[in-house]
Amino acid sequence: MNHWIIVPVVLPAILASVMVLSMRNELTLQRIFSVTGALAVLGITIGLGMQAASGQIQVYELGNWPAPFGIVLVLDRLSALMAILTAFLAVAVLLYAMGTGWDTRGKHFHPLMHFQLMGIFGAFLTGDAFNLFVFFEVLLIASYGLMIHAGGTMRLRAGLQYVVYNLLGSTLFLFALGTLYGVTGTLNMADLAVRIGEIPADEAGLVRVGAILLLLVFSIKAALLPLHFWLPETYARAPAPVAALFAIMTKVGAYAIIRVFTLIFGPDLSATASLIGPVVNVAALLTLTVGMIGILGAQNLGRLAAFAAIASMGTLLIAVAGFTPEATSAALYYTMHSTLGGALLFMTVDLVREYRGAWAGSLLPGPRMAHHGMIATLFFGAAIATAGLPPLSGFVGKLIVLDALRDAPQAALIWAVVLGTSLIAVLGFAQAGSTVFWKPAPVGAPAPEPQEGTTAPSGLPQASTHPAPALAFSVVFGLLFAVAGLAALAGPVTGYLAQTSAQLFAPDAYITAVMAAR
Amino acid sequence: MDILLPVIAALPFLGALLPGLMIRAGRATCASYTALSSGLAFLLLLICAPTVMQGEVLHFRLDWLPALGLNVTFMLDGLGLLFAGLIIGIGLLIILYARYYLSHDDPMGQFYTYLLLFQGAMVGIVLSDNILLLLVFWELTSLSSFLLIGYWTHLPEGRQGARMALTVTGLGGLAMIAGMLILGNIAGSYDISVILTQGEAIRDSEMYVPALLLILLGAFTKSAQFPFHFWLPHAMAAPTPVSAYLHSATMVKAGLFLMARLWPVLSGTPEWFYIVATTGLVTMIIGAVIALFKDDLKALLAFSTVSHLGLITMLLGFGTKMAAVAAVFHIINHATFKAALFMTAGIIDHEAHSRDIKRLGGLRRLMPVTFVIATVASLSMAGIPLLNGFLSKEMMLEEAVHTVWMGSYYMMPALATLGALFSVAYSFRYIVHVFLGPVRDDYPGHPHDPGFGMWAAPALLVVAVVAIGVAPFLAEPLVRTTAHAVIGGELPEFHLKIWHGVTPALFLSGTAVIGGAVLLAAHAPLMRGWLAAPRPEAKVMFDATARGATRLSGWLSDSMHNGSLTRFAAIFTITVVAAGLWAWGGAGIGAPERTMLPIRALPAVGWLVLIVSTGCLIAFHRNRLLALVLLAGVGLSVSMAFVYLSAPDLALTQISVEVVTIILLLLALNFLPKTTPIESSTMRRLRDAALAIVGGVAVSALTYAILIRDFAFDSISAFHLANSYKGGGGHNVVNVILVDFRGFDTYGEITVLGIAALVIFALTDTVLRGPGGRWLVRWGAGTDEAGDRHPLMMVVATRVMMPIALLVGVYIFLRGHNEPGGGFIAGLVVAIALLMQYMASGFAWAEARQRTPYHALIAAGVLIASLTGVGAWLAGRPFLTSDYGYITLPPLEKFEWATAMGFDLGVFLTVVGAVMLALNSLSSMARRRGETINIYPMDINPERPDSPPPPPTGPGGEKET
Repeated sequence: MNHWIIVPVVLPAILASVMVLSMRNELTLQRIFSVTGALAVLGITIGLGMQAASGQIQVYELGNWPAPFGIVLVLDRLSALMAILTAFLAVAVLLYAMGTGWDTRGKHFHPLMHFQLMGIFGAFLTGDAFNLFVFFEVLLIASYGLMIHAGGTMRLRAGLQYVVYNLLGSTLFLFALGTLYGVTGTLNMADLAVRIGEIPADEAGLVRVGAILLLLVFSIKAALLPLHFWLPETYARAPAPVAALFAIMTKVGAYAIIRVFTLIFGPDLSATASLIGPVVNVAALLTLTVGMIGILGAQNLGRLAAFAAIASMGTLLIAVAGFTPEATSAALYYTMHSTLGGALLFMTVDLVREYRGAWAGSLLPGPRMAHHGMIATLFFGAAIATAGLPPLSGFVGKLIVLDALRDAPQAALIWAVVLGTSLIAVLGFAQAGSTVFWKPAPVGAPAPEPQEGTTAPSGLPQASTHPAPALAFSVVFGLLFAVAGLAALAGPVTGYLAQTSAQLFAPDAYITAVMAAR
Repeated sequence: MDILLPVIAALPFLGALLPGLMIRAGRATCASYTALSSGLAFLLLLICAPTVMQGEVLHFRLDWLPALGLNVTFMLDGLGLLFAGLIIGIGLLIILYARYYLSHDDPMGQFYTYLLLFQGAMVGIVLSDNILLLLVFWELTSLSSFLLIGYWTHLPEGRQGARMALTVTGLGGLAMIAGMLILGNIAGSYDISVILTQGEAIRDSEMYVPALLLILLGAFTKSAQFPFHFWLPHAMAAPTPVSAYLHSATMVKAGLFLMARLWPVLSGTPEWFYIVATTGLVTMIIGAVIALFKDDLKALLAFSTVSHLGLITMLLGFGTKMAAVAAVFHIINHATFKAALFMTAGIIDHEAHSRDIKRLGGLRRLMPVTFVIATVASLSMAGIPLLNGFLSKEMMLEEAVHTVWMGSYYMMPALATLGALFSVAYSFRYIVHVFLGPVRDDYPGHPHDPGFGMWAAPALLVVAVVAIGVAPFLAEPLVRTTAHAVIGGELPEFHLKIWHGVTPALFLSGTAVIGGAVLLAAHAPLMRGWLAAPRPEAKVMFDATARGATRLSGWLSDSMHNGSLTRFAAIFTITVVAAGLWAWGGAGIGAPERTMLPIRALPAVGWLVLIVSTGCLIAFHRNRLLALVLLAGVGLSVSMAFVYLSAPDLALTQISVEVVTIILLLLALNFLPKTTPIESSTMRRLRDAALAIVGGVAVSALTYAILIRDFAFDSISAFHLANSYKGGGGHNVVNVILVDFRGFDTYGEITVLGIAALVIFALTDTVLRGPGGRWLVRWGAGTDEAGDRHPLMMVVATRVMMPIALLVGVYIFLRGHNEPGGGFIAGLVVAIALLMQYMASGFAWAEARQRTPYHALIAAGVLIASLTGVGAWLAGRPFLTSDYGYITLPPLEKFEWATAMGFDLGVFLTVVGAVMLALNSLSSMARRRGETINIYPMDINPERPDSPPPPPTGPGGEKET
């Protein structure tokens, strides 16, 4: 029996529990366990990736109950890819949090982080629709805890919006699942795929409603317009390591869209074929536009980075909306880029906020800060990655997306929007960067009022006393190299992704693996 | 030799690492190490040169992203060789020049790093054999040029110029991405060597015009063609070495390079001719005219560069082979004299401390060396015989004479001569107004010739200017090789020579020189007229557009995301309902399959209670206490519904959850205002009411639609019913589903509960340490609280109930697997029992009697659940696989055990811990607010002698101390 699949879910849960149980007040111990655990999970997910690379789909029947009656975890190329990405990001985020001392600014940072990981891994690995809901809950509540870590009035306010909006989404998720269960009598995703494939025409209405409700639920997570409203304040106010980890949270939504709308409501399903693609396409184009406009119009770096996250989800979902193997493969490449690039941007913005004193993330000229050159370099790199200029992965990703959508019905519009909005981003980043890093503060200009909610509340360790700047900077530069590496290794990576999407668009193998696991 | 190509391209990038480090060893060392990498690249290029000059083309290929067609493929032919030679060669001169130009305050390491990055990108463009790879390098030049223009970060002109250049060239670059993708698709490959063989197919394609327009947009923005020319003069805010290098000799020629590279494929159509030739012509004239009226030396040179770029573009646009040869030749000539001129402008600025022509003049005697260099270069720019500028300008005029534009034979030569005429005028002005005339005594600095290091580079270039001018055959092999690469076929019959006989071109050239001289003579009145005339100011327009776009974006973005949660929720509701309706509208469902049940009295009453409670809740929701009571009513009605529908597990769960949440909410009310204030307008509330009704109706309709029809397939629950005992060892199917069939869900959900408690704790902790805590202290303990906080009766009653409740909890826990109950309900029941103790005697008193920390309870719960699941691995089964059996413990009867009980224990502990930790958080808020801690179980105890008398009631009552 191969138990490795479930380890990324169970190990973080056990680690988090052990940390709460035995080392609540021992930060050093927590750090050791936390990072070691994350590294172990990274190793395991890489191992899972190697297993999945062969193309074989592994099924893990929880409680030894056969599908569709029990819950199954399923490891295919896509879930393995997402798990590796998550684990990699987690290691970076944990190290960064330690390097900046963010984990000292509130209680339970490390346990919450691991609970969060448990939720993300569970969402990527589960093969059961209701179980997906459960893991959405796990990652929602843990992310709420992380989001309001270190407190501050503005942050708490943003956190409230975040959790309320996402609870609306959870409620909707239940409605969607109820509808689908009411029609098909099952919750296992492979079984749903089988049954919906044979659905009588009499039930098409409910199936369509169920499908669109699920799409909306995932769209909330993926910050697709007009359900993205929770994101800007949340990301802008969240503690930096958390915002960086959130780079994978939006991808959970994108992942769920890809999974559900290739497996269950595939592009060949007549009941929903005309429904999903066009909706996602239009919404994603709007998302990209609003995101890029937000970058240009942002008043501070936090919001700029938040809108950059929205914009990158727009591009990603434009590719997803193609629902062809090529477009999906492009979407997956963009997913990897956007995750690493998003984390890079948030950490860089955090370094600016922390070292710039009262000026924090405001787009006002301030004094030269410590490590000015290094932070400026990082910002330049992050901006290039986000705006999609060479030589980083954003450019390659954009090219692949454009190429994959060449034959899409609205190819000209898509190209125009993707390229046109890039220009907006270039202008936005150029203005922000030159103001923050180049423009000298006018002589005698007073420092602005400290921005609450962006840095630690008073009485807690502040940025200037970074315990280990070398560690923090290494992590951020590491992410920059990762983004560059993703571009350099685009050949082999897209090779794997092409196989991944081929697997997604031939769902019979998945269904057979789950339904006939024994 | 092919392997040298990637090395040549990579050397500047690798070299870019050096200056930043070597600056620590001093400026001279830094400069020489920078020159080292460039010099090495130049050497390697020279090694390749003979082969290329013989007509061979070097190729190198490395797969990068073959699926897309983006590969690292390099090619060195004549065109590439010329450009690479110019880029690296002039680059070396610039490195030398900058060594003396940069002041001690300028960060030299940074400068050279940027410069080498740029050099690498530029070499990459001209060596690329793949248009996508070319795009990569293309954008890199924009980025490095951004850094170089903004190098003097304290200058607003530098920052603005950098942004403008990046935006305009970025616009072109993005358009070019689309153009290249289309072009590659038509040609079936992104490799230039393949594309060059597909000329006819490309020109015949219906996508030819879009591809052409998009690619030209890229080329025109980069090469500063009208109407995108405006960024170039503003890029002159950069240090002069940058202006000389990027904005005259190399980067701005990238657009020309691209047009030349794709010339065999794209040219030869009317579209090409009219777009490219006309743009070039207009740019040439406008640039020349403006240049004449610029007082800033660098602005003069910038617009003259614009003009000359226009000239070359026009030649490429003509589409004839001879025009292409002339274009190539002028590229060489312009690079030599213009770079030299920029360097002289830099020298003047450096030594005289001004670049303003009005403040200069008479420098001839003070700066003789500079004077000679500048004069030769200027005369070449004016097209005076025996200098190289003359030769290519003659060729240009000759081609113009043979060109018919819109049916007119005279238009093109006349306009080209006009451009040449202005070109002569500003060239002469550079000599006459700067160097000639009387020596002044009001220079801002003390003009004198610089050291050899600074004038060596321009001098070398001027030597080339004269050499080619006097002996054009020297340049002929290079021009031939390059032109061969551009044309891609047989070269026309030509020889570069000084004297072509009396041709129309010679006549036009003479006209231009004389006219130019006349124009300069009339400069002063013309200048007054120019200054008086209204002119569109590009920078103002660009700035206004950028600022407008930024403001508009900010306004759009901020007013859309204004932080109003109700608005977000309203949009959510509308979206969900609309999308659902739309999805429904496409299909619908069949006729009802189930018959309606008759309405019975009992459920009708329950229904009524539910509806009335809900209605009242809406009506009275501003009174928070009342709202809670009504909410409890709703919860109770739902529990009753579960009882009626034979779902005892659900009913038990619902009831106990109700009790716990209501108690915790009641405690939380302590820290909230008593009533909810009215914050929104009537219209707003009407809108919200309408939305709520729409949402409610939609949900009801959906539920109704589901309920009237049977499952389309057999539901999976039949399996659960059949296997509950056989496989799960329990008769209570609900419990077996919770802990076994779908134990993994439960595992997730108890984790959610545990996390929630931890979050509440962490949140409380942070809030109390921040402004929230200070606010609580200021607020102080409530004044309108009951005097007897811990009443005797309640204390006694809860003490009595405690063991009973605990026993009930254990009972519910143990029977859970077969009868209604289970760990979750048991946990809630026990939590309620404990909660009552805390309520009766106060938190601190109760906590002092409780030994296990709540954190530990939660953690232990999740841990036990996890380990129970992992335990199955030992038996070789998947996570959470259960087992059960029977044991007989005398004197008891035989009873069943199941591993699921271990899991259920985890559930139980987590629930208890979570509830208690939430309570703990609330009580720590109360203590922060100043609530006293009681050491006795109850405040008033008749048995205790020191028991205080009952305090007077009412708001005026004294506070306890």
